[in-house]
Amino acid sequence: MAQVSSVADEQPPNPLSTTKSILLRISRFNPEFDETNKFMEFTVSYEKWTTVLEAILDVKKHHDHSVAVRYSCRQATCGSCGMLINGKPRLACFTKISELDSNVVTVEPMNNFPVIRDLAVKFERLFDTHHKIKPYLINDDSEVNSNEKEFLQSPKEVENYIQFANCIKCGLCNSACPTMTTDSSFVGPQALAQAYRYVADSRDKGKDTRLDIIDESHGIWRCHFAGSCSQVCPKGVDPAMGIQFLRGYLLGFRS
Amino acid sequence: MKESTIMKIHYGTALASVGLVAVHILMRLTTGFSDSLSYENVLANYRSVPYVIMLELILILLAVHGFNGLRVILLELKQGRVYEKAVSYGVVIGMIVLIGYGSRTIIMTNMGMV
Repeated sequence: MAQVSSVADEQPPNPLSTTKSILLRISRFNPEFDETNKFMEFTVSYEKWTTVLEAILDVKKHHDHSVAVRYSCRQATCGSCGMLINGKPRLACFTKISELDSNVVTVEPMNNFPVIRDLAVKFERLFDTHHKIKPYLINDDSEVNSNEKEFLQSPKEVENYIQFANCIKCGLCNSACPTMTTDSSFVGPQALAQAYRYVADSRDKGKDTRLDIIDESHGIWRCHFAGSCSQVCPKGVDPAMGIQFLRGYLLGFRS
Repeated sequence: MKESTIMKIHYGTALASVGLVAVHILMRLTTGFSDSLSYENVLANYRSVPYVIMLELILILLAVHGFNGLRVILLELKQGRVYEKAVSYGVVIGMIVLIGYGSRTIIMTNMGMV
């Protein structure tokens, strides 16, 4: 590993490189010891392709290895590195410092999630609500007991839900949702969008079950059309639209 | 009651209220503002059966819509089984009391008590 980095160090400077630096402010908070969070500031150099996650990892490597951050794929696929970047929920691996257009980059843990430490948050509520809406195909038929080996869908049928199947469970929508802040029992935009994803799937027979689950006092009706969930989704899922479609079923406009 | 049924009532009462309040305002515009609030005029309105039915409907629609709105706000402010039950029963009682109080005025006027 050390050999790899030394080889990397020996590479000639990139002619496209225009190294600049920013002030990276990282929220530090350990619920076991701290009353409130405090910010630590680091000067980090960056290129136009440097992401916020890379800057944080640079801080961990060269300045303070104790900064807690969750990450994995570095390509907006795993949904691990959601955080508030300059006040807006974003994926750190999917946000270039250059596109923030600021000399100061502030990173904080996502809103509406309990903090484990620093930038890492607990996902239990997200996963619980996701699990609650039965995020799988409900269909008594299967390849085992049906004559058909697979359930074919037309491109139109796929179009009905495919946008919603892009959810990576990063939690940015729940972090941006104003109702999630005050209503600790609210099912949340992520779970509601996934409820629509399966309700709209022609292979699924669990529509009534799911509509019953979300049709309760802390379910779909507590959404107030803020639309912030759709604004922050890094995968273009548009949970707000899914919620409106689900309401259409419950109000009798869709069947 | 299912939440979707409650919300259908919520939206329905809102739409109906807008229509009936518009009629109410238009009828008030047929007389001058000070005339419309004169004692005799108000009593005459309360004694007109079609108009009083409309006022009673507005009262019921706005009470149902308003108290359900209050329930929604209170449920989002705080959570808990006992609290939520108290809020649900509380708003129903509030609704009944308000409709009762508003209807009392109409009944008293028509019984010649004022």
